[in-house]
Amino acid sequence: MDNDTEYGTRIDDQETFGLEFIMQLLAFANPTRFLKFVQVVLRPLAILAIATIAAGLYLGFVAPEDYQQGSTVRIMYIHVPAAWLSMFCYSLMAISALGTLVWKHPLADVSAKAAAPIGAAFTLIALLTGSLWGKPMWGTYWEWDARMTSVLILFIMYIGLIALWKAIEDPILAGKACAILTLVGAINLPVIKFSVEWWNSLHQPASVLRLDGPTIHPSLLTPLLISAIGFTLLFFTLHMMAMRNEILSRRIRTLRLKAAAAPITRQPATQEPTS
Amino acid sequence: MQSRSNTSDRKLHWARALLMRDIRLAIRVGGGTLIGVLFFTTVITIVPFGLGPDMKLLSVIAPGILWIGALLACLLGLDRLLQSDHDDGSLELMLMSGRPLELIILIKCLAHWLTTGLPLILATPILALFLNLDAAQLGAVLLSLLVGTPALTLIGMTGAAITVHLRRGGLLLAVLVLPLTIPILIFGVATVGAASDPLVPALTPFLALCGLSLLSLAIAPVAAAFSLRVLQH
Repeated sequence: MDNDTEYGTRIDDQETFGLEFIMQLLAFANPTRFLKFVQVVLRPLAILAIATIAAGLYLGFVAPEDYQQGSTVRIMYIHVPAAWLSMFCYSLMAISALGTLVWKHPLADVSAKAAAPIGAAFTLIALLTGSLWGKPMWGTYWEWDARMTSVLILFIMYIGLIALWKAIEDPILAGKACAILTLVGAINLPVIKFSVEWWNSLHQPASVLRLDGPTIHPSLLTPLLISAIGFTLLFFTLHMMAMRNEILSRRIRTLRLKAAAAPITRQPATQEPTS
Repeated sequence: MQSRSNTSDRKLHWARALLMRDIRLAIRVGGGTLIGVLFFTTVITIVPFGLGPDMKLLSVIAPGILWIGALLACLLGLDRLLQSDHDDGSLELMLMSGRPLELIILIKCLAHWLTTGLPLILATPILALFLNLDAAQLGAVLLSLLVGTPALTLIGMTGAAITVHLRRGGLLLAVLVLPLTIPILIFGVATVGAASDPLVPALTPFLALCGLSLLSLAIAPVAAAFSLRVLQH
């Protein structure tokens, strides 16, 4: 098992997406094997993520100022990767939901559960930094603009999913319920986005949104891309850590349930982990 | 499917029985059909207290207020969709009956809409007087509610099926369902706006609303039935 090249092979297999990729995923269906994999990969990945983010932010800091926006354009190096990850994370959750319902992959609901708070956090970062960027540039912290509104709705849906995870005690049942809601949300998100855009364009014509223009100079683009890669690595690091914690906490839960259900035949000296 | 050599009328006899049962349960004592309309009326009535009795302002915001009131009233009734059937065990019987669950869901939605959505629409003309809504706009509001409220029930049914096993799912249900109903609200209000605004093509938002309703008609019964099957113990 070539652990170190897991992400490399994942990208390589894009064109022959299918069997090999699924076999790779199935190999990690065993939580113990997954935990071993995490143990090996986590530290290098974390270091790589920190290094890349540091490089991206440094390059963003020394990058030339935008001729119109001045120094505030540097918010972009956090804002854009966070916004991108907020959507990437929901896509990952939707794929995990398919994994739960269709393939019954045992780690799929762990992945979905672990991803929800991280996605919510990135969405919140995108909203907050966007708001802080909007104040000097547009003169307002908030505008009922199509994109901002749909990101806000995405945030509410993340919160709803987290609430549903917390509301159902049994993790398997919770996983299924959340998977269905995630998929319904995945169908609805484009509809919401489309309708919000339509609603917005009805009431207000083209606004200051296109201030930056469609083309972006390479001197700004390179730090942005590096920063985006760094944030993505950070996401995977956090996601793996959260998945590891979720697996471990489920094991503890099982042990406690077993201990609670077991007849009291052991010696009284052992402390019951319940209560 | 245990389709025997019956006429199609006999085959769907159970469907009519289920529809009548749900309607009877809703309109008799403890059903709570009137509470939705009462809530709707109360919400509309308190709006002038909050905004001041400016008839001009009220007529401008009336379509939005009516739509938000209808949306809230629909949300209020969602926990009645499946909760009592789940509590007294009849939902289990329906699951085991061997009838197509999607159709059962659809019939329950129809019964719920007839006892929740339809009374709201019937109450709207009277409430429109309070809000100084003119006749053309009232027609547009009624039309958009007629097309939009079934979609609210259908989307709500999906949420109700997901949260039916929760002990206190009512509030969570509202939180989960509300973001999904935003497009309905947007196009519902836009339909009314387009009716009075010569700059906007009148039919476009209405057709979009129809499309959304049809989309939820296609997705919601399948999603709700799927989650009921998957989540049963």
